[in-house]
Amino acid sequence: MKWFISHNTIRSPFQLTLEKDCGEKVSHCYQCGKCSAGCPIAFRMDFLPNQIIRMTQLGMEQQVLSSRTIWLCASCLTCTVRCPREIDIAEIMDYLRRQAYKKGIIPVEETEIPLFNKIFLRNIELFGRLYEMGLIGMFNLLSGEFFKDVFLAPKMFLKQKISVFPPRIKNIKETRAIFKRSGKLGKAHRDRLLHPRLLFLNLSRKIIGKIAKRDNP
Amino acid sequence: MKYAYFPGCSLHSTAKEYDLSTKEVAKALGIELIEIPDWICCGATPAHITMHLLSLALPVKNLLKAKGMDSYEVVTCCAACFSRLKIANHFMREDIEHRKNVEEIVGEPYKGEVRVRHFLDVLVNVFGLKNIAERINNRLSGLKVACYYGCLLTRPPEITQLDDLEDPHLMDDLMKTLDAEPVKWPYKTECCGASFSLTKTDIVLKLSGDILQMAHDEGAQAIVVACPLCQSNLDLRQGAIEKKYKKNFNMPIFYFTQLVGLALGIEPKKLGLDKHIVNPLPLLKERKVLVNK
Repeated sequence: MKWFISHNTIRSPFQLTLEKDCGEKVSHCYQCGKCSAGCPIAFRMDFLPNQIIRMTQLGMEQQVLSSRTIWLCASCLTCTVRCPREIDIAEIMDYLRRQAYKKGIIPVEETEIPLFNKIFLRNIELFGRLYEMGLIGMFNLLSGEFFKDVFLAPKMFLKQKISVFPPRIKNIKETRAIFKRSGKLGKAHRDRLLHPRLLFLNLSRKIIGKIAKRDNP
Repeated sequence: MKYAYFPGCSLHSTAKEYDLSTKEVAKALGIELIEIPDWICCGATPAHITMHLLSLALPVKNLLKAKGMDSYEVVTCCAACFSRLKIANHFMREDIEHRKNVEEIVGEPYKGEVRVRHFLDVLVNVFGLKNIAERINNRLSGLKVACYYGCLLTRPPEITQLDDLEDPHLMDDLMKTLDAEPVKWPYKTECCGASFSLTKTDIVLKLSGDILQMAHDEGAQAIVVACPLCQSNLDLRQGAIEKKYKKNFNMPIFYFTQLVGLALGIEPKKLGLDKHIVNPLPLLKERKVLVNK
């Protein structure tokens, strides 16, 4: 079967904005597959990293942004350092995730990671440093896996590896200002916490209303 | 030698023993570490996934605080913090547009002038292996270790500028100096699953399980790490890995600072060796490397 790819497909706006915004030349990729060969999480992805790059070249924005792959990337940078065309694939994954956040596209099967990132950042915004108990508690609550890792908790407490109380720093306002200004300047309106698998989330939206409010200015 | 010390969130909680042992080793070697006052989180992976500018502004804020204490070199132990601080410096040096935006966010000018070092780098390249060898009074003879570097210590090489990309050797050299035996193994820079510890635990169990299996197959009695996330994935999750894959590793996971501390004759308790989930003391007793005071 003959297949013609038109000029418009190859120079799609999706690819052009990506190249401009993150400075990575996606068009340089010649599909050698080295990124996918070294990727430690390829076994769980719906599209391999090289397939994501090819789809980006072909302007398949919707499919790329709703893929599970972009969330499963662990940012280990193996692909980036091995790419013979010197494309920073991990940075492209970062860019795609940020785009997916902006557009509110989160695949139903991979809601934990986007949810976790938001809770993590919210945690830092509130306390300046990571408050592990708060992070784990909040994540378990919102992801619906209430008792995940509870059997590890006593051990951690006994060994004083985790504290019940949040850390304290003097000038927390400074940190919060950084979050605020970064969001404004980067035009990153942090969209609502999407987790359709759980009705519970909707109920608790009021509790986390603060987050949602910040996300939709 | 005087450094501004950036511990990072993990070293104040889940990796307390890394913090303890680093401070003990630094004290024993006469390296002065002054904690950056009021330091904040570097943003780690969630920041660079979500907001690019935030992932630069948070580390830059910390570097500015270090600059305020007249120190032009920051030392950190966490591989993720190290990576984020280094990347922020890189952007502030090379990318004028990002610099402008980040300076606006943090409200101060910064051009990437504060140097960032990993404590491993300080020990091996600044303090020197020869000097360490002179101070050793408790050789770790016969202890076979697999040195595990993880993802972010060496990658990307043009930014971290630390060690060989695919076959790093800094930690192996350090272990040889302590008279321990680093094994040759191919998983030095594999990924442990890192930040998926809470979200995708099954992925962490597989990746960390592979690492434990490979270290075990190559004859290692313990794994040495330089990253708090690697340690917690390999140590804290080892029980679950053993259960899932029906294996019995019982492999202690040390921070390199703990082994350096042991070799310098520091008491195990001061190094936080009692804080591990997989108890390392039986192995250390068997190898006769425990200090009894």
